[in-house]
Amino acid sequence: MIEANHLSKRFGSITAVKDVSLRAEDGRITGLLGPNGAGKSTTLRMLYTVIAPDSGDALIDGVSVVNAPLEARKSIGVMPHNAGVYQHLSARENIVYFGALHGLSKQVSESRADELIKLLDMQEFATRPAKKLSQGQKMKTALARALIHGPRNILLDEPTNGLDVMAVRGLRHLLARLRDEGHCVLFSSHVMQEVAALCDDVVVIAHGEVVASGTPDGIRDRTGHDNLEDAFVQLIGTGEGLA
Amino acid sequence: MRAILTVFAKEFRENLRDRRTLFTALVFGPLFSPLLFAAILMLTIQRGDARNDQPLKLAVAHAERAPNLVNHLVEYGVTVEPVTYDDAAARKAVRDRTQRIVLMIPENYGERFLAGKPAPLELYSDSSEQLAERDVRRAKAIVASYGATITQLRMIARGVDPVSLAPIAIHDVDVSTPASRSVLALGTMSYIILITMLMGGMYLAIDATAGERERGSLEPLLTVPVRREHLIYGKILAACAYMSLSLILSVTALSILLRFIGLESFGMSVNFGPITALKVILFSLPLVPLGASLMTIVAAYTRSYREAQTYLGLVLLVPTIPLVFVGALGLEPTTALMATPSLSQHFLITSLLRDEAIPLAHMALSVGVTLGLGALLAGIAGRLYHREALLG
Repeated sequence: MIEANHLSKRFGSITAVKDVSLRAEDGRITGLLGPNGAGKSTTLRMLYTVIAPDSGDALIDGVSVVNAPLEARKSIGVMPHNAGVYQHLSARENIVYFGALHGLSKQVSESRADELIKLLDMQEFATRPAKKLSQGQKMKTALARALIHGPRNILLDEPTNGLDVMAVRGLRHLLARLRDEGHCVLFSSHVMQEVAALCDDVVVIAHGEVVASGTPDGIRDRTGHDNLEDAFVQLIGTGEGLA
Repeated sequence: MRAILTVFAKEFRENLRDRRTLFTALVFGPLFSPLLFAAILMLTIQRGDARNDQPLKLAVAHAERAPNLVNHLVEYGVTVEPVTYDDAAARKAVRDRTQRIVLMIPENYGERFLAGKPAPLELYSDSSEQLAERDVRRAKAIVASYGATITQLRMIARGVDPVSLAPIAIHDVDVSTPASRSVLALGTMSYIILITMLMGGMYLAIDATAGERERGSLEPLLTVPVRREHLIYGKILAACAYMSLSLILSVTALSILLRFIGLESFGMSVNFGPITALKVILFSLPLVPLGASLMTIVAAYTRSYREAQTYLGLVLLVPTIPLVFVGALGLEPTTALMATPSLSQHFLITSLLRDEAIPLAHMALSVGVTLGLGALLAGIAGRLYHREALLG
């Protein structure tokens, strides 16, 4: 479970995130929805501990990202904005490397990697150098890499960016499956249909602040719009930056 | 510690597959630059040798006016080429490089010679042509020796002991050893060794920092439960490994190549057997962590691969600056200078090649200060990885 309490972050004179609180429960998919530049990535980066909040804290399964970032990292799997993989390593080597960095033994890393390669249907390109992979294949590699240590919590930043329709469908199935296994899945997106189709809970973020959160139905009820898109436009104040 | 080794092994392996890194670190630097150096050295030596051995060729205008002088020249091994130049033709021949030097015997030579007055000779050469200088010197010396012979004969004819004309006799005593005569070559060699070593780790240092960020693999890396300084230590260690490989290869290549050149014939000797090569490697190794950390720090501050490449090109020059001062100021190793990294390695390498004794304090200072500074820079690099700006 991921619990953010009053997170704030400034970069110079720009306030990127202001007093953001949210909960992402185990066994549910939580979507962080907002236009470009709303502070989604900054929020996620604080949650997965690569930047520290100026104020506020977040708990990953009860572990503070501020006080014990190393401990918190053990129970999160992260797929950042662009699925950066090592060009000269094969997809499988990329995955096994992260297993080793998570402290898994060679045997465990390798067998876990093989399981994930099967699960994500990567057999065809697993031994190919990463620089020869397509965008979708790189995404799968990055996802497998994020799951190598069997994390309870999975954070993905705009995971569908640059993917074709089939790859997006594949990703949806996988996230649903992870949810059904009891994982806490938190992902950001500026694509409304994606969030509507997949999420159990939605957190709407605009100008660095949370403007609404709850189930898609709850948000529809509260805003009085049957159409989720109209509801979002009302919440955010503009349709700009959404897709 | 295990994480450091994991990162090290991955960086080492990944760069082994990167042709550019491999070529720079293990082929271009360590093999090509010693080869180039050896080739230039060999050319220089061969030309020097060849020109000393060749008979002096001298165009003599109006040789018939001074048959005894011409005989003397021939006796001293000069190949005399009789020509019929006048003043203008002689100037033109030298200027057009058809002749390197022309000896002109004027019309009044014989007359003045017989009268016991200084007999004029004209030697045409182009002082802007470097190659002529040595020939002019040789020609003048031979003509002067003819003059000296004539002087002695005239003195004897007048009943004067010619020895009294030489109140002082100077003997040159040259104490330079063959090894010390090759200072320039040795200086260049230590330069090649140190530059090649640094170049060996350059691409890896860039790739592991600026490159990693540019490709977007840095962010996931920072989400693993490993202390950030351990990640960077692993990367520095991998750069160190490539630098060490470069160093070993280039020293070995130089050691083998110099054997084939035959410096001895040029009056130079370089003590560069396997034992010396090993010592050169050992004394250069302390500079490896320093260079790797320095390059990593610089690359970590840059925003892109290209920018890192530009700055690291400049960083490569830093260790060579002290070497330039040594050359320009003729610095000798002192205790203070031995505390300067890269300069102290230069002194140690040069001393080893010259087969000179090295004070133990100098060795300890060089190794200690360089390693200490390297550890400090590695620590700074580790701290840099805690900066959030690192993510770009």
